[in-house]
Amino acid sequence: MRAASGPDQLLVLIPAFNEVGAIAGVIREVRSVLPEAPILVVDDASTDGTHQTARSAGADVLRLPYHLGLGGGVQAGYKLAYELGYEYVIRVDGDGQHDPKYIPALLATLRETGCHMVIGSRFQDGNGGYTNSVRAMGIWFFRLVLRPILGKPVHDPTSGFVGVNRQALQVFTGSFPLEYPEIEALVVLQRKRFQFQEVPCRMRPRKTGRSTITAVKSLYYIFHVLLGVFINVLKFERRRKKDSPQE
Amino acid sequence: MERLLNVTTFLSIVLVTMVLFSVRRSHIRVEYSVSWLAASVILLVLSRSSFALNWISRQLGLADPPLALLLLVFCVFVIVLYRLSVIISDLKDANIAMAQRLAIVEFQLQNRNED
Repeated sequence: MRAASGPDQLLVLIPAFNEVGAIAGVIREVRSVLPEAPILVVDDASTDGTHQTARSAGADVLRLPYHLGLGGGVQAGYKLAYELGYEYVIRVDGDGQHDPKYIPALLATLRETGCHMVIGSRFQDGNGGYTNSVRAMGIWFFRLVLRPILGKPVHDPTSGFVGVNRQALQVFTGSFPLEYPEIEALVVLQRKRFQFQEVPCRMRPRKTGRSTITAVKSLYYIFHVLLGVFINVLKFERRRKKDSPQE
Repeated sequence: MERLLNVTTFLSIVLVTMVLFSVRRSHIRVEYSVSWLAASVILLVLSRSSFALNWISRQLGLADPPLALLLLVFCVFVIVLYRLSVIISDLKDANIAMAQRLAIVEFQLQNRNED
């Protein structure tokens, strides 16, 4: 993969951990939608040969030396994209849940609205079926929590189908949540007065493997993310008070 | 009370010895041994000095000096554990940043070799 060749170039980022069964299909689908876009798979130290499969399918692979978790992997991809000069990065999960046919809509929203982050939302057109009940409750709960913090409603705060522009990329190279990053990342951007948009899209059941967030883990997820959200709010409020002159 | 103080004396001596041996064998770095040594020396001094222990229990408003000793031991070890959590978190952040940097450098080297 080379440095971005133009000022407006997109990189498709696919974080993957033990996704040997699905990764080649995801890469092929992305290729069919965007034949020219570079595809970077971040292999989070998979043990099943994900990186060979991804390379054979024609993607570039950033291979982490040991398992960092989703946030660590995505941030590594963001760092590389930023260093190579990419303007936009759209993240597609390696399990096949995100349909790449929506990438152009996400990219168009980033380009046309000037927002810093765009979220592929499964709840804007009423297709939120592929989630367990505990998780669905968690999503509902976080909508309520995030509404006053973000200053506007977010329908699908846990969606990993997201695109960011270069300004957001710069922020995330310095600070990105390591576990369950989606919700905290939104708060990080909002505290910097960055804007986000949601684009309706349909998601599919994963092609292979199992989700790392089971019903029991969902409870831990809720606690962990809630703590992260409040820490971020406090951190940025403190910084804002320090930065602002005496009012 | 005397028996409890003997036990805490014994434990503090064991702790000091263990930490010193671990430092000598490079199992613990000197800078991380300081908290443990300080904690065990405080424990030892309070166990052997009834004057210090009585004074502290009076200051804390506790009628029972052994209770003051246990409270202090608890506080000292909570502080040590807190300090270790801070150190572990810093190390984890540094480790993640280094792993990411290593992966990026390897990626770029591989690209250069392929060119």
